[in-house]
Amino acid sequence: MVPMLATTSEFFAMFKVPFQYGSAWTAADGSSRARVAVISSDLNDKLFGGANSVGKTLRLKDSDVRIVGVMKRWRPSPLFYDVRGGRFAEGQTSSFYVKPEGVFMPFFSGLEVNEGNFWQFTCWGKVATPGHLQDAPCVWVGLWVQLDSATKVADYRTFIANYAQQQKLLGRFANTDTRMPSLMQWLVFNHVVPSDVKLQTWLAFAFLAICLFNMIGLLLAKFLRRSSEIGVRRALGASRGAIFAQCLVEAGMVGVVGGIGGWLLTLLGLWLVRRQPVEYADLAHLDIGMFGLTLALAVAASLAAGLLPALRASRVAPALQLKTL
Amino acid sequence: MDILPILSTLRRHKLTSWLLVLEIALTCAIVCNAVFLIGQRLQRMDMPSGVAEHELLQIQVADVTTPSNPYARLAEDVAVLRHVPGVLSVASSNQVPFGNSSSNGNIRLDPAQPERTLNATTYFGENLVPTLGTRLVSGRDLQSDDFVDVETAMKGLGNGDSKSLPHVTLITRTLAERLWPGQNPLGRIIYLTPVVGLRVVGVVDSLVRPNAYDTAKAQYTMIVPLRMGASKDQSYLIRTRPEDRASVLAAALAALKKADPQRVVTTQRSFDEVRRRFFQDDRAMAGMLVGVIAALLIVTALGIVGLASFWVAQRRRTIGVRRALGATRGNILHYFQTENFVLATFGIALGMVLAYGINLFLMSHYELPRLPGAYFPVGAVLLWLIGQVAVLGPALRAAAVPPVVATRSV
Repeated sequence: MVPMLATTSEFFAMFKVPFQYGSAWTAADGSSRARVAVISSDLNDKLFGGANSVGKTLRLKDSDVRIVGVMKRWRPSPLFYDVRGGRFAEGQTSSFYVKPEGVFMPFFSGLEVNEGNFWQFTCWGKVATPGHLQDAPCVWVGLWVQLDSATKVADYRTFIANYAQQQKLLGRFANTDTRMPSLMQWLVFNHVVPSDVKLQTWLAFAFLAICLFNMIGLLLAKFLRRSSEIGVRRALGASRGAIFAQCLVEAGMVGVVGGIGGWLLTLLGLWLVRRQPVEYADLAHLDIGMFGLTLALAVAASLAAGLLPALRASRVAPALQLKTL
Repeated sequence: MDILPILSTLRRHKLTSWLLVLEIALTCAIVCNAVFLIGQRLQRMDMPSGVAEHELLQIQVADVTTPSNPYARLAEDVAVLRHVPGVLSVASSNQVPFGNSSSNGNIRLDPAQPERTLNATTYFGENLVPTLGTRLVSGRDLQSDDFVDVETAMKGLGNGDSKSLPHVTLITRTLAERLWPGQNPLGRIIYLTPVVGLRVVGVVDSLVRPNAYDTAKAQYTMIVPLRMGASKDQSYLIRTRPEDRASVLAAALAALKKADPQRVVTTQRSFDEVRRRFFQDDRAMAGMLVGVIAALLIVTALGIVGLASFWVAQRRRTIGVRRALGATRGNILHYFQTENFVLATFGIALGMVLAYGINLFLMSHYELPRLPGAYFPVGAVLLWLIGQVAVLGPALRAAAVPPVVATRSV
């Protein structure tokens, strides 16, 4: 069984969906309720071995549907247009990171093909026909609008509010509350970051803090152990700045080596995450940007940890050290 | 062992001592809270379902073509499954315990009440009590003449004909206790809508919701006598003996396929798998926390080893002098062990305060309960142990410093 999305042809352009073969259906296909579909690359791989399947036919329930387009791999994360009900999930929202649907059909064609099999949620009145969405007194359409300026947004808000008023007067709507969140507001509203992930983030930074304290202590020990060597360098003419710089370079090197070690550990950790049966398992990989960021963080943290020990080392009095040689 | 000389030595190494104390404090605070979080997760994973989990199987099938009479189709399927050897009982249900996907309703005790009393989940299906193996505590089970086809009920809802609506329900003990504390729930009415009033005819011991995210509300469950037709959302539940599960599942699938080769099996699993899947995030989190605790303790132990080694090297000559003046190896060993104990104690004391602070933060952000006092000694003992283990190596090395060192290069 494959999940399906009934949508309008603008969906693909609006969300910049990449196509491997063919293209989206036309607006005319949409209004004529044509039996056409766009399928995901995963489904195409599964059914047609990744070959160009445009023009082939799919059997969806009792209907034959012609494939007009095959997507390239497209993996929005989270699956923003399907996110809903997150407020009631007690922070367990990892299911928002599933892959997109396998089949996309024109809005009304999809409603017709799957007629009687829809499940109504969040209704404010009596449902006349179970499984039938159109004209049901239920929430059943997610509407996405692209508005390019603040005036247009304000105008659209007024339009929506007026529409709700009008529908209430006609007796269709029970209340006239309207809201039009932006994409980011919608994601926040639905708690798309699972609470476990937030907890893990705190844990990661607490871990970093402990490692920093550890590193400061160890670097201090490392540098001061070489007090006599530093004394000799100072006696031979090295300035405090030179000692300070030497120590910092050492701390930085530790950071680089540690960062590379950490990178290997990260690969191991991500491999473990990918083996978990969670929706976002296939998203767990390290890209260049993230690798660069963590390496930079490792070096920066090491340098910060090295500041105090390096300062201490550069203050070593040469005379005292030379005396005890 | 005299602590005063140790304290005066530490006062000369203020910076390194403070670093060690802070590191131990942070580790202690995080370990306390992490152990607590693990305990919470394990407790959650142990949440009782109230059903005979080791004896149950779930199957979901999807028809390629919509059956002309889904109710007859469902009855046929149930009959087919009942005849599979090894099957003890069969039920159909719109949802399964810990199955995630759920049907829920707002409960009112008075039809005119503006706000709901609470939100409970509603199981629809026949033969659920004997198949799931939940115990009837009082009243009676649902009978076949209680059941109404969902389509009839929907029509009844549409034209206001209350005769074609279900009239009775089973509820869990927890729900009964929550709605009517200390009273007999039998005969009371629960309103799902102003016109759908269901009389409580029986109370079951326990039946968990499919969406049991909040432990407090996990048992807010009703079983409503609605007969659903065969559909992809409907589950067949099979009760069998634990050792027969694999063979019965295979035979049941074969029998369903034989009845209609056209359809697709979308779910086939035992209830052990249902539970495993439902709590997989908790298990993963608990595993990760164990890993974090282990890594933190190792990092802290390495830090202690490093600093202790440094101090030993720094004080080689002092140690030599002490040995030459008559201190035994044991004295030197104990000195470093006590020093570590003192530092660890400072760290733990500070760590307790921090642990409490972190718990307050977590309580306000993640709806966690207060950290029980029992976790504090756990963290303390763990860190004292780690400290002693870590310092043993450097302390032994210190104890091995020969007295002759005192006579060299003075």
